[in-house]
Amino acid sequence: MIPELGNFALMLALCLALLQAVLPMAGTYTGSTVWMGLGRPLSAGIWVFMVLAFGCLARSFLHDDFSVAYVARNSNSELPVYYKFAAVWGAHEGSLLLWVLILSSWGYAVSLLSSKLPLDIVARVLSVMGMITAGFLAFMIFTSNPFDRMLLNTPSEGADLNPLLQDFGLTVHPPFLYMGYVGFSVAFAFAIAALLTGRLDAAWARWTRPWTNAAWAFLTIGITLGSWWSYYELGWGGWWFWDPVENVSFMPWLVGTALIHSLAVTEKRGVFKSWTVLLAISAFSLSMLGAFIVRSGVITSVHAFATDPQRGMVLLALLLVIIGASLCLYAIRAPVVKGSAGYAANSREVFLLINNILLVVSTAMILLGTLFPLIHEAIYGEANRVSVGPPYYNTIFIPLMALLAFFLGVSTFSRWKKTSMEHLKSNLKLVLLASVALGIVVPLIVTGGFNPAIMLAVALVLWIVFGLLKDIRDKTANKASRWAGLCGLGRSYYGMQLAHFGVAVLITGICLTSHYSVEQDVRLKPGESISIGDYSFEFGGVVERKGPNYDAQSATINVSKNGKPYRVMNPEKRKYHASGSVQTEAAIDTGFFRDLFTALGDPRGEDAWVVRLHVKPFVFWIWMGAFLMASGGVLALLDRRYRYKPVLLAEAAVQPGSEPQPVAAKAVNT
Amino acid sequence: MNQVRKQKFLIVGSILAGSIVTVGLLLVAFDKGLNAFITPTEIAEGKVNGSHNFRIGGMVKKGSLVRKGTGTQIEFIATDFNEDIPVVYTGVLPDLFREGQGVTADGHMDASGVFQADTVLAKHDENYMSKEVKAAMDAAEKKKTGKLATEGAHP
Repeated sequence: MIPELGNFALMLALCLALLQAVLPMAGTYTGSTVWMGLGRPLSAGIWVFMVLAFGCLARSFLHDDFSVAYVARNSNSELPVYYKFAAVWGAHEGSLLLWVLILSSWGYAVSLLSSKLPLDIVARVLSVMGMITAGFLAFMIFTSNPFDRMLLNTPSEGADLNPLLQDFGLTVHPPFLYMGYVGFSVAFAFAIAALLTGRLDAAWARWTRPWTNAAWAFLTIGITLGSWWSYYELGWGGWWFWDPVENVSFMPWLVGTALIHSLAVTEKRGVFKSWTVLLAISAFSLSMLGAFIVRSGVITSVHAFATDPQRGMVLLALLLVIIGASLCLYAIRAPVVKGSAGYAANSREVFLLINNILLVVSTAMILLGTLFPLIHEAIYGEANRVSVGPPYYNTIFIPLMALLAFFLGVSTFSRWKKTSMEHLKSNLKLVLLASVALGIVVPLIVTGGFNPAIMLAVALVLWIVFGLLKDIRDKTANKASRWAGLCGLGRSYYGMQLAHFGVAVLITGICLTSHYSVEQDVRLKPGESISIGDYSFEFGGVVERKGPNYDAQSATINVSKNGKPYRVMNPEKRKYHASGSVQTEAAIDTGFFRDLFTALGDPRGEDAWVVRLHVKPFVFWIWMGAFLMASGGVLALLDRRYRYKPVLLAEAAVQPGSEPQPVAAKAVNT
Repeated sequence: MNQVRKQKFLIVGSILAGSIVTVGLLLVAFDKGLNAFITPTEIAEGKVNGSHNFRIGGMVKKGSLVRKGTGTQIEFIATDFNEDIPVVYTGVLPDLFREGQGVTADGHMDASGVFQADTVLAKHDENYMSKEVKAAMDAAEKKKTGKLATEGAHP
């Protein structure tokens, strides 16, 4: 009964989504405020039914209703309750349900938080979101319905959730990732609305910015959680593999980052308008491309969903319709929204343009690398397959990001419209000297070795950090007191600086981990030990241990630091009852400056086992940097100016190319 | 040169320089990161010469896995049921690696005709056969009987 109720809720949500796709949009053409006004209640209705459907599926999981095919394939009565709930989005159908639930939540959020927007804009935005929702709902109901029953041969026991997914990191990773992916649909809908009306001004950019920031921050956290998960769960000790599935989550992030910066220019200066719209369309299109690649099985990847070509074709059709229609609209309407203000070659506009070019080129390179095996196969046939490995991505991505970090430092000091060379020189001379000098000296002293790559990285990190410190100092220098100056700077400014500081932390983590990690795979008998740096790892043998739904072989590794006992680590190999599959569970000692990573390999006779031991410096800084970046995004969207009164929005709309007001003046307006 | 021309020159110049650098990077990157996929049969036919990296795929032959002495080195045979290729790998094997299952590995051939693997990959879905392995099986089977080995193998 409950699954049927869920199914019914899905169908009702589809009906409402179809109405939402048509009526408010039609209202904008007929001028009917009633139809336009329908957008808000309809999005609330869709959301309610999606929550209901999600609740029904969750209940089926929690009550072990194995007559539901999806539950039978992805759960088991022995599964801990927490994972039963998380199993709702553990495979294709349920994760699609979560995807649509989140899509409808964004739509509902827009309808709640848009009271200050003109009704016709809201109507168009909600209609576009209704179209996307209807598309994905139809796809789910007709090709991948999570409520499909197996009433004739109901299994008495489920096949169990994939052991890799029985883990905290992975239970929270998809919701965050989808919040990000789907969040870009809001920016996308705003872009389409702008193209339809031809009104693309500072006010439009101001409405779009907080939504984009929110989606971007969620995506940042989602990708980080995925990376963190693969680090401790896959048992390889790596945190990024340039796997196609990672790439498809990274591409919308890169374009989203470009979009955030381009929106800043559009809001402040009224230029880059059509470019901004194109980025908004691209960010969401790449999100959907990601959904297609992960779910269609066109690309071999370590974490592709179970594959079904027919579903892939339907999803591809949906993708082509959405991307094709939006790009056609763009081609027709983009000339209407052209920017008019001018700027010199040395302006902040140009530095942000460079940022955009670097990000978009990186995205294009990653896209090429990800799709190249497909293209190659299409041209040369099935027999001549190729794969594109990490060296390809590292060769391209690292130099581009180094350039990006350099320009990040410059653009902080640049002014809108035109910056004199003297201004840049006088501001950056000291920062440049200090970062280059310390970049060379610090690695020499700390490591005693000459490593140009590390020196460049340290110099770039210091360049960013010194630059942002100097900028904060300069901006507060002329205020009554330093404190008053700091208080007057505004949340979006602090958000920006926090995110940029996060970039510096992230670069530090990535470079130091990549260069100074010590990784050893060794065969150890009980009582044998091996030293890595200050740490000594003594293998204490393997014992059997029973878990809730698995049997584990649990190793004891006594770690001592400089001869003193430090801690005991217990990496495991788990064999899950239901599926019979074996899963390595690494044991990690996380520290601020280094992680100790241990994983159990396979037995090699005489009670000896192969053990994987890593000492990884600064790996924690990778997650910390990403978290700081996401926090910066959230802080920026909390800025007071996004809560402007409608009157002021209208004024801003009249003068698209107007000078940005000083931050202090803005604070007064609210 | 007047100001407008100078600016135009600057813009065109930087676009040109940027494109050249990008294309250069791309060529280097493809040279480094592109691995051809080659089946055991193709290796036996002499498709590989030199020691550049490529990807091999096939099944781990039953009973072929050997763990050597005190080190972490392992040896196994990758087969497409037509030709066998010995593979040597040092390190920890992935969880899903086992005899009779599909495997892909990146590495190169050494002078004695042994594939020296840098990485060994196995898929994390038990029912899943990677496209590479499937292609290898099909190619070998076609050669033998004209039929596809993996027909009907998928649920």
